[in-house]
Amino acid sequence: MTHSFINTHAVYAIYKNEMARTWRNILQSIIAPVISTCLYFVVFGAATEFRISEVENINYGAFIVPGLVMLTLLTQSVLNSSFSIYFPKFVGTIYEILSAPISPFEVVLGYVGAAATKSVIIGFIILITSSFIVEIDIAHPFIALFFMIFISIIFAMLGFIIGVWAQNFEQLQVIPLLFITPLAFLGGSFYSINILPPFWQTLSLFNPVLYLISGFRWSFMEMAEVNVWLSVITAITFFCVFFACIWWIFKTGYRLKH
Amino acid sequence: MFLTDNHPGMPSIISIKSLSKTYSSGLDALKSVTLDIERGEIFALLGPNGAGKTTLINIICGLMNSSSGTVKVNGHDVIDHYRYTRSIIGLVPQELMTDSFETIRSTVNFSRGLFGKKSDPGYLKKILSDLDLWDKRNDQIMTLSGGMKRRLLVAKALSHEPSILFLDEPTAGVDINLRQDMWRIVRDLQSNGVTIILTTHYIKEAEEMADRIGVMNSGELVLVEDKRSLMRKLGKKYLTLQLHNRIDNIPAALAPFRLKKSKSGIELTYTYDTKGEQTGIYDLFSTLKQIGLKFRDLHTSQSSLEDIFVELVGNKQS
Repeated sequence: MTHSFINTHAVYAIYKNEMARTWRNILQSIIAPVISTCLYFVVFGAATEFRISEVENINYGAFIVPGLVMLTLLTQSVLNSSFSIYFPKFVGTIYEILSAPISPFEVVLGYVGAAATKSVIIGFIILITSSFIVEIDIAHPFIALFFMIFISIIFAMLGFIIGVWAQNFEQLQVIPLLFITPLAFLGGSFYSINILPPFWQTLSLFNPVLYLISGFRWSFMEMAEVNVWLSVITAITFFCVFFACIWWIFKTGYRLKH
Repeated sequence: MFLTDNHPGMPSIISIKSLSKTYSSGLDALKSVTLDIERGEIFALLGPNGAGKTTLINIICGLMNSSSGTVKVNGHDVIDHYRYTRSIIGLVPQELMTDSFETIRSTVNFSRGLFGKKSDPGYLKKILSDLDLWDKRNDQIMTLSGGMKRRLLVAKALSHEPSILFLDEPTAGVDINLRQDMWRIVRDLQSNGVTIILTTHYIKEAEEMADRIGVMNSGELVLVEDKRSLMRKLGKKYLTLQLHNRIDNIPAALAPFRLKKSKSGIELTYTYDTKGEQTGIYDLFSTLKQIGLKFRDLHTSQSSLEDIFVELVGNKQS
């Protein structure tokens, strides 16, 4: 084996294996989210535009693009990552990962890296698809890229935790469906919270996903519902919490080592 | 070929000290097990279902945490130096656990990568050819028969050229041809210096393959012994006499020998203990002569490992 600080062959093996699964299931992995996004555009972009033509002087169609990308990044990162660790648990091939000379960090790097890569690819495909429908200007492309990659990693980490925790397919779906999608919808993906009544505005500020969407939208159109630094702090907080959970999982062997 | 650490005079390749495992349900799966596995040997672990064999293997390989005790592989603790210990161990699990959608080639390369080695097409071809899988290398695993999947698991376990191989029930549910193939593969591996630890329900398999036998029951290691000396020590021999004439009842004078009469009444069998100093054969023959019971032929046979195993486990349970 390699005696280097990090087992790079193992990380690459996991990453390559997971990406190969994506290409094997290209319909489910990539084309399905793109079709869903186009449908969102038709429903929210076209139908709603009759009533809301602009949000804060921005064309409504362009306004929802960052929200759509973020909604996809959140859900896809969680789903991809949770499935990729749940599947080997389900079929039993997890024994190979657990008996290999890999550190927990390397395991997470392989799985989370692959899940985040898939999400970022889908995010870009959605951006490109959207650009055929509405005009998109990205004010701070590098900050947008940072948000895309960092948030994909964070939610892929959450997906990893869910995949380890889940004991059946229902549990695998429950958190993305019951929490993440609603929080993303209510976090300003398709509207600005500034148009809400004061009570609902205040309540929305307790939704952490709002900060992520707001920060990402700022990188596009320099318009944010909350300070962009709050968005960065929220993302870092998510990262630290999920990192701590994963560290604990491997330390205790929770639902991995009987 | 395979990674073997040549350390003459070095301690055992696996050293287990006072290893215990208690599940959260309260079940004591392992009760202070102490065991040393010697370099290059084939060690067979026997025991009924739930004896703790798989738990023991899982702890050594890193699949499970122990409750107490230590395991050292080639002198290195399996927790503190897991990178080293795991890199020299290969594991063939009991269940046929595979990703059905992958091809043989990709899954074996994946296993090799996990153990920190870059792909080696030459070595891949060798192991797949040795296991009669080369022609199927680009086939999806779901198209393979049960026997082929079993061989694939062996190929995956050997993909990183380990010097210790664990085979957890390697021939469970395979036909006799494949079983013999598997035995050949195990012998070849041993001749290449690989230490092999196998668990099996087939006592014939242990009898055929193993250098040493360990018997587990209810989480305890009941016995560890060299196979030949075990069979010599605990084995019983049977002396069967073919009588000249059929008898209806065993003569009273022969009662102390506890003979068994065949249904036909033409054979008498005497069971004696090989470890006893007095086998009683001389006395038996003297008595037969005294009462004038003649026999035309005789032969002896020895109890199998299975008989010994049943006796050991049975005694413990009773």
